[in-house]
Amino acid sequence: MQYKSQAVAMPYFIAAIILFVAQILFGLIMGLQYVIGDFLFPEIPFNVARMVHTNTLIVWLLFGFMGAAYYLVPEEAETELFSPWLAKLMFWIFFLAAGATVAGYLLVPYATLAELTGNELFPTMGREFLEQPTITKIGIVIVALAFLFNVGMTVLKGRKTVVNLVLLIGLLGLAVFFLFAFYVPDNLVLDKFFWWWVVHLWVEGVWELILGAILAFVLIKVTGVDREVIEKWLYVIIAMALITGIIGTGHHFFWIGAPEYWQWWGSIFSALEPLPFFMMTVFAFNMVNRRRRNHPNRVATLWALGTAVMAFLGAGVWGFLHTLSPVNYYTHGTQLTAAHGHMAFYGAYVMIVLTIISYAMPLLRGRTAANSNKSQVLEMWSFWLMTIAMVFITLFLTGAGILQVYLQRVSETPQPFLVVQDQIHLFYWLREVAGVVFLIGLICYIASFFVGNKDPEHTLEVSNTTT
Amino acid sequence: MAQVFTKSMARNIFYGGSVFFMLLFLVLTFDTTRSLPALDNRDAITPEVARGKLLWEQNDCVGCHTLLGEGAYFAPELGNVYQRFGNSKEAIIGFIKSRPKNGIPGRRSMPQFNFSDEELSAIAEFLIYSSGINAAGWPPNIQG
Ligand code: HEC
Ligand code: HEM
Ligand code: HEM
Ligand SMILES: [Fe+2]
Repeated sequence: MQYKSQAVAMPYFIAAIILFVAQILFGLIMGLQYVIGDFLFPEIPFNVARMVHTNTLIVWLLFGFMGAAYYLVPEEAETELFSPWLAKLMFWIFFLAAGATVAGYLLVPYATLAELTGNELFPTMGREFLEQPTITKIGIVIVALAFLFNVGMTVLKGRKTVVNLVLLIGLLGLAVFFLFAFYVPDNLVLDKFFWWWVVHLWVEGVWELILGAILAFVLIKVTGVDREVIEKWLYVIIAMALITGIIGTGHHFFWIGAPEYWQWWGSIFSALEPLPFFMMTVFAFNMVNRRRRNHPNRVATLWALGTAVMAFLGAGVWGFLHTLSPVNYYTHGTQLTAAHGHMAFYGAYVMIVLTIISYAMPLLRGRTAANSNKSQVLEMWSFWLMTIAMVFITLFLTGAGILQVYLQRVSETPQPFLVVQDQIHLFYWLREVAGVVFLIGLICYIASFFVGNKDPEHTLEVSNTTT
Repeated sequence: MAQVFTKSMARNIFYGGSVFFMLLFLVLTFDTTRSLPALDNRDAITPEVARGKLLWEQNDCVGCHTLLGEGAYFAPELGNVYQRFGNSKEAIIGFIKSRPKNGIPGRRSMPQFNFSDEELSAIAEFLIYSSGINAAGWPPNIQG
C-alpha cells in the first residue's frame, strides 16, 4: 500500500463479504423452497428471500466496486484520496441503509414496507432487482454522487491513467443509468423498456468498463507487463463491449410489446456481445504468459484468470445460447435464464471483486506483497470449490431449463407450469447440493483471512524477461 | 504488429464507437416510443388499471411470477393468465382471494394478501390490460 488513504477500501471489502454470506444463505433458502414448496411459508415467502438474495448481491458488488476504486484510484493517480473522511462517512450511510432495507424486507410484509416508506407518493418499488424503497434508492444516489465526487477529484489532482479514466467512466455510467430506476410509468411496455436501461446497460455496458479497469489494474500489478500494452487491450475490450452491448439491449425487447424490428437489432448485436468477453480471456492469459515477474500473490493471479474464463463462459457462452430471437421465443423467462444469470454474475462481477480483494487485502493488512502460503492455499481451495459449484449450479439449471422448455412450450401436449416443475425436481435437488458446496467454498474463503497470519510471506522475485 | 495498431487508435474506436452506437440507440428508442401506441394497449390503461399496477408492485408479485416472461421463475406466467382462466375476471379474483393463509402443505404457495374487493378488481383489470399487449406472439402456448 503506497498511500495512507487507500486504507478506506478495507471496510468496503469487509461489508461486501458480509453481504455475500447473506446472499448465499438466502439462495439456499430459495433453493429449498423450489423443492419443498411451503418451506418457511408464510414467514419468509419466496419473493422476500429472492429480493434479499438479489439485492444483497447487487449491493455487495457495489461495495466491492467502491472499495476497488478507493484502493486503486489513489495508487494510479499517485496522490492521496481527495477526502478520506467523506469515504468513511459514505461507507456508514451505505452500510446502515443496506442493513435497514434488508431488515425491512424480512420484518414486515412488503406492502407494509411500501406504506411505511411512502411509496404511493413516489412509486418506485416492486420491480425486479429494484425492490428497494424509494428512500433507499435516493440514499444510493447520494452515496454514489459523493463517491464519484471524491474519486473524481482525486483523479483530477493526480496522474491521469487510462485505468482510472475507464473506471471513472464506468462508475459515472453506473450512476447515470441508475436514475432510470425512478421512472415507473403506468404503461407496462414503457416501464419494461426503460427498466432494461438500468439492468442491461449496467451488466452488459458500463459495468464491463469497471470490470475491465479492475482487471487491467491487477494484471499490471501481478504481471509487470508494460502499461502501454495493457491499456491498449483495455481500450479495445471496452470499445467492443459498448459497440455490441448498447444495441444488444434489443435482446430484451423481443416479447414485451416493442416493435418487432428489435428481433433483428437485438439478435445481431447481442450475438456479438461474447466478443469482448472472449478478448478478455485472451488478454488475461497473454499478459500472464508474458509476465516480467512472478508475483508472490499467486491466488490473486488465479482469481484474475478465473474471472476472464468464467465471465466468458457465463456471459459469452450461456448468453449466446438464448440470445437469438427464434431461440429466445422458447427459452424466455425459464430456468435457462436463471442458469445464465448465475454464471454471468458470478464469473464477471463476483469474481472481479474477489480478485481485487485478493490482491489488495494483504497489502491493506500491512503485508508487503502477499499472504502466507497457508492462507493462499486455503483461498485457492475456496476458488475451486465456489467456481466448480457454480459450474454445476449452472449445468443443473440448464438441464432443468431444457426440460421445462420442452414439456411446457415445445411438446405436442404442453403441460401446466407447476406440473412441469414437479417433473424436474431432481435437478433442483442437485442444484441445492451444489449450492451447499458453494457455501463450503465461501466458508473456506472467509477462513483464509484468519489462517497463517503469523507465517512469513515470500518476497517479490523479479524474473528476467526473455523477449 | 503492435505498432500498426496504436493505443490512440484503440482509444478513438472506443470513444467514436460508443458515441455512435449510443446515438443510434437513442434514434431507435425514439422510433419505438412513436410505434408503441399501436402495440402497447395503452387505451386500456384506466385509473383502475394504474391502481392495479401499483398494487402489483407494492406486493411484489414479480418476485414469484413472470409477466411477459420477466420476473421470477417460481410461479406461473401471468401475462396470459386471463386467457388461461377462460377470459374470466372472476376466476382471477377468485384465485387470488382463496389462497390459504398458511399455504398448501408441500406445494409452492402463494400468500394471502387480504385484498379488498376494489383492490382485487384493480389487480385483475391490470392483468387483463397486460394480456392485451401485442407481444409478437409470445408466449408459445396457453401454458405460458
Ligand atoms: C410467494 C410467491 C408468490 C407471490 C408473491 C405471488 N404469487 Fe401468485 N402464485 C404463486 C404460486 C406458487 C402460484 C401457483 C399456485 C397453485 O397453483 O397452487 C400462483 C398462482 C397465481 C395465479 C394463478 C396462475 C395460474 O395459471 O394458475 C394468479 C392469477 C396469481 N398467482 C396472481 C398473483 C398476484 C396478482 C400476486 C401479487 C399480488 C401474486 N400472485 C403474488 C406464488 C406467488
Ligand atoms: C456479465 C454479463 C452479464 C450478466 C451479469 C448477465 C445477467 C443476466 C441476468 C441476471 C438476466 C436475467 C434478467 C431477468 O431477471 O429478467 C439476463 C438475461 C439475459 N441475458 Fe444476460 N448477462 C450478461 C451478459 C449477457 C450476454 C453477453 C448475453 C448475450 C450474448 C446475454 C444474454 C441474455 C439474454 C438473451 C437474456 C434474456 C433471457 C430471457 O429472455 O429470459 N447476457 N442476463
Ligand atoms: C455468488 C453466487 C450467486 C450469484 C451471483 C447469484 C445470482 C442470482 C441472480 C442474479 C438471480 C436472479 C436470476 C434471474 O432473474 O435470472 C438469482 C436468483 C436465484 N438464486 Fe442465486 N446466485 C448465487 C448463488 C446462489 C446459490 C448458492 C443458490 C442456491 C443453491 C441460489 C439460488 C437462487 C434461486 C433459487 C434464485 C431464484 C430463481 C427464480 O427466480 O426462480 N443462488 N441468483
Ligand atoms: Fe442483456
